[in-house]
Amino acid sequence: MYEELKNHVLGLLAKGTRLDGRKPLEYRQPIEVKKGYVPSADGSAYVRIGDTELIAGIKLNVDKPYPDTPDEGGIVIGAELYPLSSPEFETGPPSIQAVELARVVDRGIRESKAVDFRKMCITPNEKAWFIVLDICTMNDGGNLFDAAALAAIAALQDCTFPAYDGIRIDYKTRTREKLPVRKAPLSVTVLKAGNQYVVDPTYEEEKVYDARLSVAVEEDGTLCALQKGGDEALSDEDILAMIDIAAGKTEELRKLL
Amino acid sequence: MAYTKRIEGRGFDETRPIEAKVGVIKRADGSAMFKIGNTWAYAAVYGPRNLHPKFLQDPSRGVLRCNYNMMPFSSYNDRVRPGASRRSKEISMVTQKALLPVLNLDDFPNSVVDVFIELPLTEAGSRCAGICAASMALADAGLEMKDLVSAVSVGRVDDKILVDLDYSEEAYEDGPVADIPVAMMPNLGKITLLQMDGEVSREMIAEALEKARKVCGDIYEVQKAALKDKYPQMGNNE
Repeated sequence: MYEELKNHVLGLLAKGTRLDGRKPLEYRQPIEVKKGYVPSADGSAYVRIGDTELIAGIKLNVDKPYPDTPDEGGIVIGAELYPLSSPEFETGPPSIQAVELARVVDRGIRESKAVDFRKMCITPNEKAWFIVLDICTMNDGGNLFDAAALAAIAALQDCTFPAYDGIRIDYKTRTREKLPVRKAPLSVTVLKAGNQYVVDPTYEEEKVYDARLSVAVEEDGTLCALQKGGDEALSDEDILAMIDIAAGKTEELRKLL
Repeated sequence: MAYTKRIEGRGFDETRPIEAKVGVIKRADGSAMFKIGNTWAYAAVYGPRNLHPKFLQDPSRGVLRCNYNMMPFSSYNDRVRPGASRRSKEISMVTQKALLPVLNLDDFPNSVVDVFIELPLTEAGSRCAGICAASMALADAGLEMKDLVSAVSVGRVDDKILVDLDYSEEAYEDGPVADIPVAMMPNLGKITLLQMDGEVSREMIAEALEKARKVCGDIYEVQKAALKDKYPQMGNNE
């Protein structure tokens, strides 16, 4: 469908460059993280990578723990791909892209045990704090995956508990108590186009890649989530090379937190 | 007790601080941001573009569609569930009616102009902020327009008529309250959105509309300045 665009992108990559003049393994600039961006949220962060802009915001609430984890709180992550942010997004229930985005971000945070859910329990079997984190796109310039993962962890780090008297939450009164966030998983998505690897694709480059791999990495280099996408298959060598690229790049992103 | 003083010493005819900017969303054909106090509205325009499904098409002119949405964490109260609610559907509808009179879509049969309004933060007056942002975004998209649309909520708190009610005033409990969102075309002088909830007299409505007209004039200047900021080469003709 995008054959000419693809040939052009591949031709540029063969010369070591891209549509916007970047090198294959270079992120767009500027990359910005603004914590505490939305004052009504319990925690929030605005993230910009080049032209891609989104906001992650948290509302905490108190609910009954799940039966299999009676002494733990929990997290729910949603992604809203607003039609305001791209001509390709539509109103209505979450599309499959939105669901995948939310689930990949969720997995990085959940599997790294970034939040200590035990510390969010109020009364076992009865009451615990739950995190509802929404990722809302403002402009889809491409690579929503990495921007969303960065915004999610930044919002969690920013989050403080609202006042709670055992019956009602007073969202207008903030406590100084922070969420028990103990790790900072970050995700980098590597694309394969032809025989080249690329990071931080623009929305145009995203139309023409063969395969992608999103890799969530903890501070110590431990991998905590993977997601392969795209229509083409990857070899073991591809996967290991893409993991190495991602691990290196998360180091760069981590400096922004 | 009569309502004699507003919080933060705001005058009865004074709005919260306003900030406006045009061209804030790169992928949109036109876009704008309008902030009034702790209410932030972003609007993006896409189109004219093909309208699907086909039965929605109008062969004589283009169709305007508007969608108003609060982000889930935008309220100082509980999380707002994503997706359309009865409230957001109605606001989307009255927003469309507020904007339609300034547009001429005769040249775009079978097409649609989509306006998407997103609110990251809301504390009263969000439909009016959305309309202000949307009208600037339509201008930014290069559509032919007879006028801009400027909007503000005026209202009654106890025995006073005041402009740009904030959340505490909407929730005032020691006397009657009425909230009256108004949108108008500042140059043509006509009203394109009018809603009211609460109890008021006919005289109070007259006074409220007069105040709305003055404030919309001020808001119009802010909108115009934001547009000129993006298009400085366009000269001074109105």
